Amino acid sequence: MKLLTHNMLSSKSLKGVVVGYPLKIEAYDVKVTEVEFNPEFIAKVIPKIDYSVLIRAAEYLGHVGKLPGHVPENVEKNTDFLKEVHHALLEVEVVKGDLVCPESGRRFPITDGIPNMLLNEDEV
Amino acid sequence: MSQKFRYKNYLLWFAQEHVDFRVAEMDSIFGMFNIKYNSIVKNKIHPFWVVQLDSEDDARKIASRSILLRYVIELWAFSTDLSCLNLQLQTEEVELVSTHMSSTFKIIVETFGKHFTQKEKIDKIENFKYLPYKGTVSLKDPDKILYYIEYYGLDANNVPEKPENVFFGRWITDGQRNLMKELSLKQRKFIGNTSMDPQLSVIMVNQTKAKEGDIILDPFVGTGSVLISAAKFGAYTLGADIDYQTLHARTRPSRITQKVREKDESVAANMKQYGIQDRYLDVIVSDFTKSAWRSCFQIDAIVTDPPYGIRESVEKIGTSKDSVSISEEQADSHIPSKVDYALPHLFKDLLNFAAEHLKMDGRVVFWFPIFRKTFTSEQLPVHPCLELVANSEQVLSSHSSRLLLTYEKTKEVESDDPPCVIGEDNFRDLFFNEREEKRKVRRARKCEERARMKREWEKRVMASVSSGDSAS
Repeated sequence: MKLLTHNMLSSKSLKGVVVGYPLKIEAYDVKVTEVEFNPEFIAKVIPKIDYSVLIRAAEYLGHVGKLPGHVPENVEKNTDFLKEVHHALLEVEVVKGDLVCPESGRRFPITDGIPNMLLNEDEV
Repeated sequence: MSQKFRYKNYLLWFAQEHVDFRVAEMDSIFGMFNIKYNSIVKNKIHPFWVVQLDSEDDARKIASRSILLRYVIELWAFSTDLSCLNLQLQTEEVELVSTHMSSTFKIIVETFGKHFTQKEKIDKIENFKYLPYKGTVSLKDPDKILYYIEYYGLDANNVPEKPENVFFGRWITDGQRNLMKELSLKQRKFIGNTSMDPQLSVIMVNQTKAKEGDIILDPFVGTGSVLISAAKFGAYTLGADIDYQTLHARTRPSRITQKVREKDESVAANMKQYGIQDRYLDVIVSDFTKSAWRSCFQIDAIVTDPPYGIRESVEKIGTSKDSVSISEEQADSHIPSKVDYALPHLFKDLLNFAAEHLKMDGRVVFWFPIFRKTFTSEQLPVHPCLELVANSEQVLSSHSSRLLLTYEKTKEVESDDPPCVIGEDNFRDLFFNEREEKRKVRRARKCEERARMKREWEKRVMASVSSGDSAS
């Protein structure tokens, strides 16, 4: 699971959960793979993500690098910044771990990089 | 005169396959690149269109996406009659012709609807001796490839003596037919029973207008066969599926020659096989009715082949029991129980999901199975925020078809919107009832046949007994 995906996931479908976002990450196995840098894509994605959630997730996984606390202005021209975001969003992957619902503490296991967001029949 | 040289005529030559998808695919591709065109010949069933385009670059853009297009030709002349074609090339288009006649070239003769031997084709080339050749012929590596095409119509039982149409021009580029081989399921690492054929999956992705740098989601991803085409065109791909076993490649192998699945089969491995792993984001195990995506997650396109309940079951998490509780110890290894998910509800949910998550003008493209006998267009889903922009049919059997539906988002969801409506026809029930009916008819016919044989046999026995009697 990449951090871009993590940024989009929630546990809001759980019975009794209101927001269910952001999910906490507990990682046992983290992998870094090189992905082709596409500055236009990263610049387009930044307004769609919750940047503070990305920072916290990257911090937790030890891959925050030189990411600043806030999105700087004129993102499109700031290649250094785009590269940092690119690395955190697409190159860092949780292979094994858990996503944890912030409200109920329910765990969603990640196996072979694939999060299992299925609920049990008593939770829907 | 100036008008004529600004817009050139181009011949788009199509494969005569999935004909009902042609107009939709072309409309999507022209729209995707914002290419304006005038059509001179745009017939729904013939394998060619003649269009006027601003530039050769536009022609290349179209060909870079279309899988139904065989090739594009800069059309120098076309007619219903060869002598008229010759006249055009010799007089009106002489300027255009001579600019391309100074380098190495070859002429290819192609005929549609009638077969000719190589010798006959060479004779046809001889007709063009009048062209002002300055360069030399090179069959192996020509700078320019010229095409002469004869079209004899679609009626194989009534082939005319002379061609209905003749075309002459310069080859510009090929369409994406090669993807059918490149993405062939035969060589793909990870496939399932219902993996989408590469040609149709490319058509599906073209219908979404997804392009380089878009994010595309398949909410019923399976083995990811549709996402491969999307990634091939530069989109970033996401998938979800309710089936844990499928996404982890723990189901029975689909190849007859394969006893067990390999350890490293996955959607990600397929992406790697085709060298498009940079465009793979993730797949997640998730029930479509209990969305795991946060509400404000905006997607550029949604494309999917949902289960129809025939070859793959349509299920969601749930139980028929009144109250269930799963203890903490059980929870880790518990496999949630599933209940049937009526097909009309699935489509309603899909459109509601699309209305919520698509960007404005974004498209959702999906297959919709229909029972041909009773189908009317009123059964198609209607959503206040989505407009149906294309509908192409693939016939599957004498009684069923599937439609590739394309909806475009026209407005944001508001609280006072009318609900999404859809015909409550249950495809699965109709499908199996029809099959049962046909079986009953077949059984009755066989039964009757057996009774008839028996009667004849008895008659013969009686006859031989009586004749035996008389002989003795």
